[in-house]
Amino acid sequence: MKLRLRAQQLPILATAIVLVGLFSVFSILFRNFLSARVIADLFTNNAHVGIIAVGMTFVILSGGIDLSVGAVLAFTTILIATLIERHQVAPPLALAIAILAGTAFGALMGTLIQVYRLPPFLVTLAGMFLARGLAFVVNPQSLEIKHALYNAVVDYGLPVSGTASLRATSLTFIAVFLLALLVAHFTDFGRNVYALGGNEQSAFLMGLPVARTKIAIYAVSGFCASLAGVVLTFYKQSGDPSSGLGLELDAIASVVIGGTLLSGGVGYMAGTLMGVLIYGIILVGLDFHGGFDSSWQRIIIGALLLVFIGLQRFLSRASALVGAR
Amino acid sequence: MSARFSSRLWWPLAGLALLLVFNLIFDRGFFELSTRNGNLYGPLLLVLHLSVKVMFLALGMTLVIATGGVDLSVGSVAAVVGALVAHLAASGQWPFFSLIGVAIGLAALAGLINGTLVSVGGLQPIVATLILMVLGRGVALGITGGNPIQVSQSGLLYLGRGFFLGLPVSLWLVAAFFAGTSLLCRKTATGLFVAAVGDNETASRISGVNTRVVKLLVYAFCSVCAAVAALITIGDIGRIEPDRLGQLLELDAITAVVVGGTVLTGGRFSLAGSIIGAVLIQALTTTLIRQGMSSDVAPVPKALAILAVCLLQSERLRSQLKWGRGR
Repeated sequence: MKLRLRAQQLPILATAIVLVGLFSVFSILFRNFLSARVIADLFTNNAHVGIIAVGMTFVILSGGIDLSVGAVLAFTTILIATLIERHQVAPPLALAIAILAGTAFGALMGTLIQVYRLPPFLVTLAGMFLARGLAFVVNPQSLEIKHALYNAVVDYGLPVSGTASLRATSLTFIAVFLLALLVAHFTDFGRNVYALGGNEQSAFLMGLPVARTKIAIYAVSGFCASLAGVVLTFYKQSGDPSSGLGLELDAIASVVIGGTLLSGGVGYMAGTLMGVLIYGIILVGLDFHGGFDSSWQRIIIGALLLVFIGLQRFLSRASALVGAR
Repeated sequence: MSARFSSRLWWPLAGLALLLVFNLIFDRGFFELSTRNGNLYGPLLLVLHLSVKVMFLALGMTLVIATGGVDLSVGSVAAVVGALVAHLAASGQWPFFSLIGVAIGLAALAGLINGTLVSVGGLQPIVATLILMVLGRGVALGITGGNPIQVSQSGLLYLGRGFFLGLPVSLWLVAAFFAGTSLLCRKTATGLFVAAVGDNETASRISGVNTRVVKLLVYAFCSVCAAVAALITIGDIGRIEPDRLGQLLELDAITAVVVGGTVLTGGRFSLAGSIIGAVLIQALTTTLIRQGMSSDVAPVPKALAILAVCLLQSERLRSQLKWGRGR
C-alpha cells in the first residue's frame, strides 16, 4: 500500500524534475532568463491555457474528456466583444453573461452525458462544433474592444520585484488554480470526482451523488473555458471567433504531462500547473534561443508526452505487480 | 445479423434521402449536372468531391474504431506526408511514383508507431495517438519552414483535380479503396478479426486471434488512408499549408464514422455507413450553405448530426419515449 502511494506520486515528481531541469538549463544557457520578469510573463502568457487546463483536470480525473473548451473560449471572447462594442453593455455585465453562458453550456453537455449515458468524447465533440459555429454566428470577424474599464484592467500590474509585475490575467489564473487545489483535495466534490474516475459503479453503489457530480464537472469545465475566454479578451483586447483552435489538445497534453492519467482517478491539480508551465517554458526558451521556430515546441512537447506516458505506464504496471503479490 | 446490418445503415441513408428530397423541393439547382470536355460538373459532384478527403480517413478510422480504438493523429500524419511530398516534388527530381512510395511508406511507419504504442505499449489509444498528433504537426511545420509550398507536379495535380471517364479521379480512387477494403473485410476473416478485437479483446486472444498484429495493421492502414487523403488534397488545392492541412480532420473523420452507425466502443462496424456518413455531413453543409448559411457556421450541422445519432442510439432515450407513449 505504501509503495503504491509512492508510485502514484512518482509521475508528478518526474514532472517537477523536468520543470526545474528545463528552467535550470535555460537559465545556464541564456543570460537574463532567471528573472522575476520571465516567470511573471510565463503566468501572463499562459493564463488562458492554464485556466482551461484546471477545468480539464477535473474532467479527466473523473474519467471523462472535454473537447469543447477551445470553441467555448472563442465563443466567450466574441460574445463579450460584441456585447460591449455593438450593444453598449457594461463590461461587468457582459463578462457575467458570457461566463454564465459557458457554464450553462458545460452543464448541458454534462446532462446529456449523464442522463442519456452518451460518450463524453462525442457529446463534447458536438459541443465543440456547436460553440465554434455559434461564435461565427455572433460575429464572423474578430472585434477590437475599446473601453475605459478594459484599459484600466490591462494597465494594472501587481509589482513583484523590479520591473516585473503580475497582470490581472495571471492573478486570475493563480486564484483559479489555488481555488481548484482546495476544491480537488479538500472538499466532498473533489473526493467525488476522484471516486467517479476510479470506478463509477462503485461510486454509485457507495451512495455518492454521481449524477450531480458529473453534471457539475462539465459545468466547471465550461466555467473555466469561458473564464479563460474572459482572460483572453483582456490579454488581446479583442474577441475572435477563430481563437483557441486546438486549445483543447494543448490543455489535455498539459494535464497528461502533469501526471494525471487519462483513464481517470489518478492525478494532482499541482501537476497540471507544472504541465502548463513546462508547455510555456519551452516556448520561452526557444524564443530566447532565437534559432528555432515554434515547430520545435510541438516536437519537444510530443517527445515529452511520449516519455511521461511511458513512465506512467511503467509505474502503473510495476505497482500492479507489487499489488498482485 | 443482416437485419441489424440494414438497420444501422438505415438512419444515415434516411438522413441523406431526406436531404435530397428537401433539395428536390426547395433547390432544384442542387441536381444540375453539366458536362465540360466530357467531364461531369455540378453541386452533387462537388459534394462528393469535397467529401473524398473525409471518406478516405473515415475508411481507416472505421477499422480503428472497430478495434475499440481511435486515431487522433490522422490530421497531423496527413500534414507531414503532404509537407514532405510537396517539398520533394518542388525539388523536381522525384518522379510521381516514388513520391507515392515515400508517402505510403512514411504513413505506414507513423501508423506502426501508433499501433505499437497501443498494442505492445498497452496505452490508451487517445493518449498514444495524441503523441504523434502533437509531434507530427511540428514536424510538418519543420519540413516546410512554416511556409506554404506550391505543388506543380502533374501527377499530383491529376490525383487532386483530374478526371477519368468523366468523373473526378479522386472519386474513382476512393471507390477502389472502399471496394478493396470491403472485399478484404467481407470475403476474408479480416473483418471478423477486427470486430472481434473490439468486441472482446481477451476472448479473441484466447480463441487464437493475434490481437497485436490486428491492431498494428489497423493503425497502419488508417495512416495510409490519411496519406492518400493528403496527396489528393495537395493536388486539389495546388499547395500545402502545413499549419492548416488536416487541421481538425481527425474529428471530421470520427464524426463521419459515428454518423455512419459504428459505435465508438468498438465491435461491429460498417464501412459503407462511414462513407455515407461522410457524404451526409458534406451534403448537409452544402445544402445549408446554398440556403444562405455562412460557411463559417458549417460546424453547426456537424454538431447536430452527432447529437442526433448519439440520441438515436441512446437506450435511455428510447425507453423514455416508450414510457411517455405508454401513459
